[in-house]
Amino acid sequence: MSEEIRKIIQEHGRLALDASTLSAGADLYQAGMNSHASVNVMLALEDHFDVEFPNRMLTRSVFESISSIEAALTELRSEAAVAKDV
Amino acid sequence: MPEFRAGGPAQVEYLQELVDAGLLVRTGVHGVYARGGSFERVRLHFDALVTRTAAPESPEPLLFPPLLPREQLERSGYLGSFPHLAGTVFAFEGDEQAAAEQLELASQHEDWSGFQTMSDVVLMPAACYPLYPAIAARGPLPEGGVTLDTGDSYVFRREPSDDPARLQIFHMREIVRIGDRDTVVEWREEWRERAVTLLESLGLTIDLDIASDPFFGRAGRLLASAQRGQELKWELVSPIAENPTAIASSNYHQDHFGHTFTLRTSEDEPAHTGCMAFGEERVTLALFNTHGLDIQGWPAAVRRQMEL
Repeated sequence: MSEEIRKIIQEHGRLALDASTLSAGADLYQAGMNSHASVNVMLALEDHFDVEFPNRMLTRSVFESISSIEAALTELRSEAAVAKDV
Repeated sequence: MPEFRAGGPAQVEYLQELVDAGLLVRTGVHGVYARGGSFERVRLHFDALVTRTAAPESPEPLLFPPLLPREQLERSGYLGSFPHLAGTVFAFEGDEQAAAEQLELASQHEDWSGFQTMSDVVLMPAACYPLYPAIAARGPLPEGGVTLDTGDSYVFRREPSDDPARLQIFHMREIVRIGDRDTVVEWREEWRERAVTLLESLGLTIDLDIASDPFFGRAGRLLASAQRGQELKWELVSPIAENPTAIASSNYHQDHFGHTFTLRTSEDEPAHTGCMAFGEERVTLALFNTHGLDIQGWPAAVRRQMEL
């Protein structure tokens, strides 16, 4: 999943550097992603992974690194899986 | 109709006091008032004080009318961030028959919007918006960037309220810095001190708050969180009718406008931009609220500072 996230960040994050050089924990805002670009990343992630981030996840800390985005997506997918089971 | 933002009892009462004193005159629309008595005199003297305060950095005056080309609003991203606050100018373009039908509906106060066509202008959303494409059109910035002064520009926000500090149309005075990242960040820090000193010299109680803009919708939640987390906006807050109210603020837009309007530094990088904004009616309201509705009774030091 992290490679898909990285690709979306490369495309929409408007980073000052190549996203392939980022570590999973690197701060994307420090790497040059501005807040408008973070919205584009958020929308592209929703589209690609077919999820909708709930309000509690629409925060800077969720979108600040590849690993924090991956954690949020994993949580959303497990919630969706649970919802399907019941 | 937009959401009506009801003022608290103290704000509604303060509005009535201002009306009774002739400082504001009601028009029948919430948040749209005429300025009477000494209100405008105080506002203009504050405006002149901002001019004197900014004078050492010799900002270039670039004054626009309170209309923005619609194309610029569409490019700016404003309709993504603040669709609920924008005001768009529509106008009649029909024939005589249509004019007669429009008049008939209008005279009954019924809906005549079907006879109106979107024009190529919108109401000015913030004083600095027209500066960015105008400066971009000059080509790359000179070394060291530029500092600009919007003058006391009228701006529009569609948020009707009976809180006198929440006007639909008011004067925003902005000093704007355009340059590379370090230049803009450093400039904002200098202005933070300067603006606090300026407002405290008028006898106002000032608190500095890290703030966020009233962004719209789900994307807006993320924008507001990112804005706060990166401390891109701070406000200078002073009580007006017991309500802590932002009377001045500074935004750092990072390279948002640099990208949006192809604004390049002398090194051919996307420019960073930041602004220092004063809400002139709010400053005026804070002054009357703090020192009383009669200027003659204001502290001598404040009157001297404002040359009143």
